Amino acid sequence: MLLSVITLLVLAAIFGALLGFASIRFKPEGNPIVEEIDNLLPQSQCGQCGHPGCRPYAEAVANGEEINKCAPGGEATMLAIADLLDAEPQPLDAEHEADPVKQVAVIREAECIGCTKCIQACPVDAILGAAKQMHTVIESECTGCDLCVEPCPVDCIDMVPVQTDIKTWHKDKPNSYLNLIATDKSGLLIPNSETVA
Amino acid sequence: MLSKTSPHITGSNSVGKVMVTLLLTMIPGFACLVYFFSWGYLVNLILASATALAVEAAILKTRKRPVLFFLKDSSALVTAALLACALPPLAPWWLTVTGAAIAVIFGKQLFGGLGQNPFNPAMVAYALLLVSLPVFMTTRWANVDQPSSLLESLQIIFNLSASGIDGITGATPLDSYKQNIARLTSADLLVAPLFNGQWPIGWAQVNIAFLIGGLVMLWRRIITWHIPVSLLATLAVMALLFSHDADAKVPVLIHLLSGSTMLAAFFIATDPVSAATSNKGKLYYGAGIGLLIYLIRTWGNYPDATAFAVLLMNFAAPLIDHYTRPRVYGHTNAVKGYKSDD
Amino acid sequence: MNQQANLITTGKVWSIPGGIHPAENKSQSNATPIETLPVPSELWLPLTMHIGAEALPIVKVGDTVCKGELIAQAQTGISASVHAPTSGRITAIKPHPFAHESGLDAMAICIESDGLDAWRKQTPWKDWQQHSAEEILERIHNGGITGLGGAGFPTDIKYRNKHAAVHTLLVNAAECEPYITADDVLIRYYAKEILMGAQISQMLCSAETIIIGIEDNKPEAAQAFREAAKELNLPVTLTVVPTKYPSGGEKQLIQLTTGLEVPAKRLPSDVGVLCQNVGTLRQIYRTVVHDEPLISRITTVTGKAVNKPGNYEVLIGTSIETLLNQAEAHLKKAERVIMGGPMMGFAIPDIAAPIVKATNCILAPTKKELPVPMFDNPCIRCGMCEQVCPVNLLPQQMLWASRNRQLDNAALHSLPDCIECGACSFVCPSNIPLVQYFRYAKGEIRQEEQDNRKAEQARIRFENRQARQEREKIEKEERRKARAEAAAKALAAKKEAQPEGAAPATDAEDPIKAALARAAAKKQEKQASAASKSIDELKADVEKAKTKQAKALERLAEAEKEGSEMVNALRKAAGKLEEKTKSAELALQQAQEQSN
Repeated sequence: MLLSVITLLVLAAIFGALLGFASIRFKPEGNPIVEEIDNLLPQSQCGQCGHPGCRPYAEAVANGEEINKCAPGGEATMLAIADLLDAEPQPLDAEHEADPVKQVAVIREAECIGCTKCIQACPVDAILGAAKQMHTVIESECTGCDLCVEPCPVDCIDMVPVQTDIKTWHKDKPNSYLNLIATDKSGLLIPNSETVA
Repeated sequence: MLSKTSPHITGSNSVGKVMVTLLLTMIPGFACLVYFFSWGYLVNLILASATALAVEAAILKTRKRPVLFFLKDSSALVTAALLACALPPLAPWWLTVTGAAIAVIFGKQLFGGLGQNPFNPAMVAYALLLVSLPVFMTTRWANVDQPSSLLESLQIIFNLSASGIDGITGATPLDSYKQNIARLTSADLLVAPLFNGQWPIGWAQVNIAFLIGGLVMLWRRIITWHIPVSLLATLAVMALLFSHDADAKVPVLIHLLSGSTMLAAFFIATDPVSAATSNKGKLYYGAGIGLLIYLIRTWGNYPDATAFAVLLMNFAAPLIDHYTRPRVYGHTNAVKGYKSDD
Repeated sequence: MNQQANLITTGKVWSIPGGIHPAENKSQSNATPIETLPVPSELWLPLTMHIGAEALPIVKVGDTVCKGELIAQAQTGISASVHAPTSGRITAIKPHPFAHESGLDAMAICIESDGLDAWRKQTPWKDWQQHSAEEILERIHNGGITGLGGAGFPTDIKYRNKHAAVHTLLVNAAECEPYITADDVLIRYYAKEILMGAQISQMLCSAETIIIGIEDNKPEAAQAFREAAKELNLPVTLTVVPTKYPSGGEKQLIQLTTGLEVPAKRLPSDVGVLCQNVGTLRQIYRTVVHDEPLISRITTVTGKAVNKPGNYEVLIGTSIETLLNQAEAHLKKAERVIMGGPMMGFAIPDIAAPIVKATNCILAPTKKELPVPMFDNPCIRCGMCEQVCPVNLLPQQMLWASRNRQLDNAALHSLPDCIECGACSFVCPSNIPLVQYFRYAKGEIRQEEQDNRKAEQARIRFENRQARQEREKIEKEERRKARAEAAAKALAAKKEAQPEGAAPATDAEDPIKAALARAAAKKQEKQASAASKSIDELKADVEKAKTKQAKALERLAEAEKEGSEMVNALRKAAGKLEEKTKSAELALQQAQEQSN
């Protein structure tokens, strides 16, 4: 009787010490999940999720915010977050597209009055210019968040879809016969795959 | 239609051709089964094939898939043929029909059809029947010394016989040896016609015929040597290690030449859909089946072990795949496990 | 005799995994000698005929150029120049159909030939040995040479980007793709020029040995090499490898002839090998010794739809259509036109596209010759793809990953190491376009990497901006504080200057308070006076107030009549007076009640 009590006590002490050690030695720095969610977000800092930037949204998601709020990330980002958090994928809001087209802002320079309002709105400092001077967008830095469109008093900023060129083009996923669902009774399908002429 | 992309030339191979070649290579073994044991095998084959095709067609239709396109690949026939070889030849007709339906529905189509099944469909059906209906699965075997004619077989299978035969226990060499070795010596046992030395009549011929069919498949490059060789080698090594005393355990030749050994090694274990992927993985996979066959045959209660051994290794195949990727050109080590090192 | 036997040694052949043996179909095009195509009336020279940055045009529309003149300059880094293939006038610099699977146009310079084919001034170096390696490399760079085997990598970069000492120059004469015979025929006629190019190349990379890797289906070419080596007295190792696709892949040929493997994501020079295609070597010779930039190449035209299959010497920029017409192709019979071989080539979206530096073959097969696979079956994991993969991949596993866009899983199966040779697709019994899936997944991986890079950059810029805004806020706050402090200091200094003025200082400090105090005192005074006033006095007050009010109302009525701006002020004043009258009356009433 006594022996078993002592044994259990000793065991408890050992495991307790082990747990205590582990909790100190392997203590995670910060909240790693926020970091991981942040890595999945497109970093456009557009604020369309209702948070001031991508990291705040990542923090909100870690605290239970909906995962379908990222408009520029679209469905792919939502699925990636769902996968990471092992959460149920949620349909995107109606106004968000599933597969958003990549865009960049372009200033119609002739119409720009040099008010600097767009410069102040740009979250990534991708607009160049000074007061009363024409402004221009650094295309390679633009995230396409369209935050600069609203403040422009003369409506001279357009969101233009990014064009694929020969260097960025890549092969599409083949259209498999097996993915097509029979629509007629004959069992023969009309393939919708585009073929290269 | 697929888009016109490289390569613009393709070999003349097709899934249908692979399946038909496989069926053709089964003919010698199947002929021996019919010749030495029972016409019941042929009846079963017809019943199983018809059921498999009909069930496959029905499910494809339900799944809104092109029926003829998928029936043409003959994979349902392969499943049916394997099942017909495995089921007792004199099993009642409804057993065969149920088996074929289970194989196609639960073994294959519910997982998404051809290429999607994690388990060998024929073995799923066999195992299910063996567990649920052990009486029919163990008592309807034919005896090699009194092969049943076509008429007799039909009478038994469709339960038309006036005498009402309901128990033909064709003893298998493996089972018989295991049960009798306790009271007899090996020498006494082996003179019986069932063993014919170590070349059991009928059983040995069937196995050799399947071996020949398997070699043809190897030559036609339908399968690779890895699974059959490692399976047979492991089984032989296990038998040599543990059965060196023929007075205690079944000797090695009987292991190799009776039961469904060769059928398992060349036709069942090599089903690529449910097997391990890489060459190295196939070696482990085959060895695992060989090992399990020996273990179940020697210490288990079932007369043969192929179905369970194959199904158990089907479970292990994805794991094997993760740890047996080949070393890729330009890499010093193979990438193992679920996480890349880069 | 003995010396000659030592001159040409037979190399050891290692083996490569996998590989396939498609029908060769080479005899159609390698029987006839090379035919030179006449100068076409119009040439379109794309600026992106090579891997790397596009060349920048240095000519304007309307300029006249001589044959061999530079028309587009290579950018710094990986890039190659473009030269005029014939003399004539620049008529356009604009997007033009380009031989690329995407079907996208590319910027190109159009030259209208003047029919003279007049060369620019040339300075041949018959004695190239007199020049330094740097000078020769510069000349190769200025000659716009790119790899002619198919990839189109700028040649001079190969010599400059060395990470380790090169011990072997490997001459790639394998040409393993079916149908193509451009290299085969080139060797038969120009083996000597190729080996002279190899000599220059050997000098440039200081390789000890030259290995020629050639497939055993080209005995004539191998013999031509032997004779040329004898003539040049050049020691070479001739390694005849068994015919098997894809033994001509750079990495595969290196493995076949040296047993070495190029480490993943590295270059052949990391294992001390420099591999050059025979066409590239001949071009090096022509550029270095004869000062001819890369303006023409030998291209195979073949396929059953072509009546005159063979090898043609074509000016870069000639339209594919012109070449096909010259080879008497029946374009109606050809269901598609392929650039490159049947294994790795691609269907050309528009045959107006020009021949580029890397075009080694134009294949016009009939429908029957190369049928398009109609439908794919499910993968049955038969593993045939795995058995033929020359780099030991597991295509059936990569297919699952690629199809479901599991890019991590694909990378786990070493997808980036796929050389896209197409052997897996070739043997696939299910007709699955494996290579296309892999190219799609590779593209997606590339895209994702680029997106991640961009996201990272945006993150950094966003954080920098936030830090900057924070900093500006703090600076503003500090400036405000500094100003307040300065004011306080100035005040303190003033105080010290007038130490006796304590009372006025308080006044000055709080003038508002003082004003309020004054107003309060006045009010109190008034009330006190009202209380002490007699009833008569109060009556007089009321009268006074009433007359004042009446006067005000009069003035207001006048102002309203005239529409004066004073109306509002007057109205206010009248209101106030009314109040005053009322309060006076109230005071009188109170006083009367009190007195009663």
